[in-house]
Amino acid sequence: MNPALPRWIDIGLIPLINVALAFLVSGLIVLAIGESPLDAVRLLVAGAFGDLNAWGYTLYFATNCVCTGLAVAVAFHCGLFNIGGEGQATMGGLGAGVVALAFDRYVPAPLLAPLVLIGCMALGALWALIPAYLQAYRGSHIVITTIMFNFIAASLMVYLMVNVFIQPGSQAPQSRNFTGGHLAYVHEMLGALGIAMPKTPLNATVFVAILACYLLWLFLWRTRWGYALRATGSSPAAAIYAGIDPKRMTLLAMAISGALAGIAGFNVVYGDQHRLFLDFVAGYGFTGIAVALMGRNHPVGIVLASLLFGALIQGGSDLSLEIPNINRDMVATIQGLVILFSGALAYLFRPYLERLFLRRRIFKTAEA
Amino acid sequence: MQDVLITLVSMLAAMMRVSTPLILCAMAGLYSERSGIIDIGLEGKMLVAAFAAACVAYVTNSPWLGLLAGIGISLLFSLLHGFACITHRGDQVVSGVALNIIASGLTAVLGNAWFSEGGQTPSIPEEARFLELHWPLAETIGALPVIGPLYTRVLSGQSLLTYAAFLCVPLTAWILYRTRFGLRLRAVGEKPQVVDTAGISVAFLRYRAVLIAGLLCGIAGAYLSISQGAAFGRDMSAGRGYIALAAMIFGKWKPWPSLWACLLFAALDAIAIRMQGLTIPGIGAVPVTLIQALPYILTVVLLAGFIGKAVAPKAIGIPYVKER
Amino acid sequence: MAAQKQTVPQEETPAAAVELKNIDKRFGAVHANRAVSLAIPRGTIHGIVGENGAGKSTLMSILYGFYEADAGEIFVNGVKKSIRSSSDAIKAGIGMVHQHFMLVDTFSVVENVMLGAEEGALIRPSLAKARIELERLEREYALAVNPQALIGELPVGSQQRVEILKALYRKCDILILDEPTGVLTPQETDQLFRILAKLKERGVTIILITHKLREIMAITDNVTVMRQGEVVANRVTRETDSRELAELMVGRKLRIGVDKKPVQPGEALLRVDRLTYRDGQGVPRLSGVSFSVHAREIVGIAGVSGNGQSELLEVLAGIRPPSEGGFSVNRREVSAAHPIDPAEMRRLGLAHVPEDRHRLGLVTAFPAWESAILGYERRPEFSKYGLLDERHIKSHCARLMEEFDVRPRAVDLKSANFSGGNQQKLILAREISGRPDILLVGQPTRGVDIGAIEFIHQQLVAMRDAGCAVLLVSVELDEIMALADRILVMFQGRIVGEVEGARAEERQLGLMMTNAHAPENRQEPEHA
Repeated sequence: MNPALPRWIDIGLIPLINVALAFLVSGLIVLAIGESPLDAVRLLVAGAFGDLNAWGYTLYFATNCVCTGLAVAVAFHCGLFNIGGEGQATMGGLGAGVVALAFDRYVPAPLLAPLVLIGCMALGALWALIPAYLQAYRGSHIVITTIMFNFIAASLMVYLMVNVFIQPGSQAPQSRNFTGGHLAYVHEMLGALGIAMPKTPLNATVFVAILACYLLWLFLWRTRWGYALRATGSSPAAAIYAGIDPKRMTLLAMAISGALAGIAGFNVVYGDQHRLFLDFVAGYGFTGIAVALMGRNHPVGIVLASLLFGALIQGGSDLSLEIPNINRDMVATIQGLVILFSGALAYLFRPYLERLFLRRRIFKTAEA
Repeated sequence: MQDVLITLVSMLAAMMRVSTPLILCAMAGLYSERSGIIDIGLEGKMLVAAFAAACVAYVTNSPWLGLLAGIGISLLFSLLHGFACITHRGDQVVSGVALNIIASGLTAVLGNAWFSEGGQTPSIPEEARFLELHWPLAETIGALPVIGPLYTRVLSGQSLLTYAAFLCVPLTAWILYRTRFGLRLRAVGEKPQVVDTAGISVAFLRYRAVLIAGLLCGIAGAYLSISQGAAFGRDMSAGRGYIALAAMIFGKWKPWPSLWACLLFAALDAIAIRMQGLTIPGIGAVPVTLIQALPYILTVVLLAGFIGKAVAPKAIGIPYVKER
Repeated sequence: MAAQKQTVPQEETPAAAVELKNIDKRFGAVHANRAVSLAIPRGTIHGIVGENGAGKSTLMSILYGFYEADAGEIFVNGVKKSIRSSSDAIKAGIGMVHQHFMLVDTFSVVENVMLGAEEGALIRPSLAKARIELERLEREYALAVNPQALIGELPVGSQQRVEILKALYRKCDILILDEPTGVLTPQETDQLFRILAKLKERGVTIILITHKLREIMAITDNVTVMRQGEVVANRVTRETDSRELAELMVGRKLRIGVDKKPVQPGEALLRVDRLTYRDGQGVPRLSGVSFSVHAREIVGIAGVSGNGQSELLEVLAGIRPPSEGGFSVNRREVSAAHPIDPAEMRRLGLAHVPEDRHRLGLVTAFPAWESAILGYERRPEFSKYGLLDERHIKSHCARLMEEFDVRPRAVDLKSANFSGGNQQKLILAREISGRPDILLVGQPTRGVDIGAIEFIHQQLVAMRDAGCAVLLVSVELDEIMALADRILVMFQGRIVGEVEGARAEERQLGLMMTNAHAPENRQEPEHA
């Protein structure tokens, strides 16, 4: 159907134009509130990459984006749109918190960390599995169910924090701090190697995220289960023909998706804050959608997009100190614009490029 | 006895207020989705409308101009949604999610930049708001037992926009089932190629549906900021757009059942608020937050086919392409 | 509306009802219509025949304004019309009955009829008027349907009548029917033809698109033959015969047969025993089907499409479970109680070349090398411990492409970017390379260019000679007659006849396919 355009246009130029457009519109918004977009960019870059401290924060935020971005991407590859990253990350954090609170007094930290990771991934996966099951076996639409599950997760968290985990006598809905050592911070690791780095929230989870990228790539493109999952996403009928059960693939894809989203909760709750509290996911589930769309659902693309969004989040909060008119919500706006242009309007420019390119080719063949 | 009545009346009155934006958004979603365009973006449209209405009402001191501004910006968002989904056949869910996030971010950025109150607008004076309308003879009838309080406190004393919301339901039912436009709207959501071969433009029909959705979300937004509330606050729509979406699905994409669903969800909310801090003997504190999650849980249960079956319009979510 | 436009009569040379001049249309690389010119006299029934993909439907969709032609002119009743949308066509008095009915299932008959032709902004007056008008049309043309009935609850024959009513309601005097009999029973077909004759009597010009020559001979006045987007001949029906038309359609002498030596069949590898399959709505699609296919034998299933052949293939392939009865594959029993999935079927030595290669046979988004192992990805030669051996798969794919002459020989090219014939060769190569004992093949040459057809036929015969049991389903009788050692005829989910391949005659098969040879077997599906 689609006239073939060279690959570099389809996977290089078009996505780039779309992202550029999103940033162009963001620039116009900055102009509209009477600030200079160029100043903003300069401050933003300095805030995100200016020193090791900035890098630490940027990478910490990017870690969250990688997790939720991978989560959205793996579901996309199975033809599912998982809007539930927010809820799954919340539940992942809850899982991390529950395991940590239950065992931190008995299990030494090096053993506890993998336990906590398993707990968070399991609960995140569970929170995605219910909508997956309902879609596969009960025919309810996964988009709607995952949205509902975001709200249900939020309500559940409020209930648990206020009624269960709150410390006696405290007004703040948060749990006690985890005890008995914590997950290694990157500045601690570097410090052990003799490299000085200021204290930042960047912790060992970043390596978990990088490992997850590699494993997901391996899974999707190098194993037969990944093959089956992608076949289901591209053509459910062909998958059935091949003897692949699309229902089981739906469950598999969503379980992986939820587990990955859960790691974002791990990063915040167990990696940095060492306690359970409310609203720690702070929109990363939705950022994941932008990251996946911008990164074209490929782990490498997702890492790059995550760096960008990590930088935006970190640079953005620095920026708002310098230019109070631009607050952190600017990042959300940019996210929305990226989703709009890279997702919903992804093919806005394709027809024009097609015409441009085909005309040139016809011209060339006419010459020949 | 008297206590029960007073409680009941005040809960009914609260239900009317809580359900107003839900009903408007549910009807908005209904138009869009019956035409085959998924509308996840109810929340976002309502939010930008609330912001625009608050800003304009604050500046001009006119609720009507505020309402118009709210509707205007919401229509603009609808057009964008239509441009992405109808003209460019983009993914409708992705587009809706994008608009929601843009709305949340943009209102906070602009609000912060313009008013420097952390995303809030200054509070809006009474003359710039839609206030409660008191019906004639409220005092006289109010003295009557049972009917009295119902008349004065539930029927009377609501905002103009609340009445508009409730009127919107029979109007929608009438448009959907009694007019040519409604007939075509229902047809295009089921099987757009039928409409196309009957010589009617699928795109134009869907654009109109999406714009009506924008109009209604605009009113809902204005209600939040310049009628029920007296200022815009960050993310003040607080998930109501999603609850409305759930109500519309719960109402099986039909006007009257959607209204009942909105009222049910509003009632749950009113009950939850009233039960805050109460304890039931033997059970303990009422889990208010869990009651507030009930609309979402009920919708999931319904969608899973455990209570009846909600059948969506057949062509929903599928961009219309003439097949080869 | 249209009635007024007819008031330009030219006494001497009556203008044709429809005249197309040099209509040209491309879809990407496909040239669907090449400078097609055509004139249809008023008040006649005009047939347009051609093979699948000859461009008939595209041409009529252009006339009906569904597509816009890239070039060319359309004249209606002698007046040049610019038809850019269906509403232009309707205004010009053109109506169309689509192959897939353009009806809303959840609407009533009367709502469907008036959709787009309402009287005003409110439904009520339109409804009243439509009911009266429907009654009149029903009386005039004997088109009985209950106006209050929901479309979804009507049998297809009645749905088609609603389509015709829709066109008449819009006062059309030119009616296009696109493959109208494909889904009809013989009774319904007869009824349709009576209606068409009546319409012609009243002066309606009818254009009938079909690939069934019998229908052309039975009802049309003139016939146009199309091939590969071009008009190759115009004939007066009385002055031609099916044989000539058939040759014009395929553009060559009918294939006499593939070079095929008689061989002695071996043991029965596929045995089907009273197999019944009911679809999701509980409608029986297969009713008590029994037959067997032996080693070194090609069994052909002939039938008008939609008589259960597709379901038969999919049940045997494990895609759908049997409802009752069962079958055995290489002596392994399959039944409703013990269904087997397609993966297990392959392990049992059964391979399947599906009818719908785009939807089933390939993952169009995958590169060729990934599509080349679809269904075989679990085999140890392609994956170990779950990891795919990319290098081996690619070389395997390259070898398949070489052996089956798949062009271009690009293992990394997206499956969607191969032509239909090359996709089919890739699928066939994949299924044959699995060395199956039993090969199910559905419509192996649909939409495949002629060179590839010969090649595919040779491959099927080679499989048979090598000892494979081949079950071939095709709507092309020539193909079945050329390849099959035995022919089974399916009608309404049953096997209604069996003929030895060498003795088969087209006429006799045709009668069996419409079950005309056994009138007592006829079933009335219209009880809704």
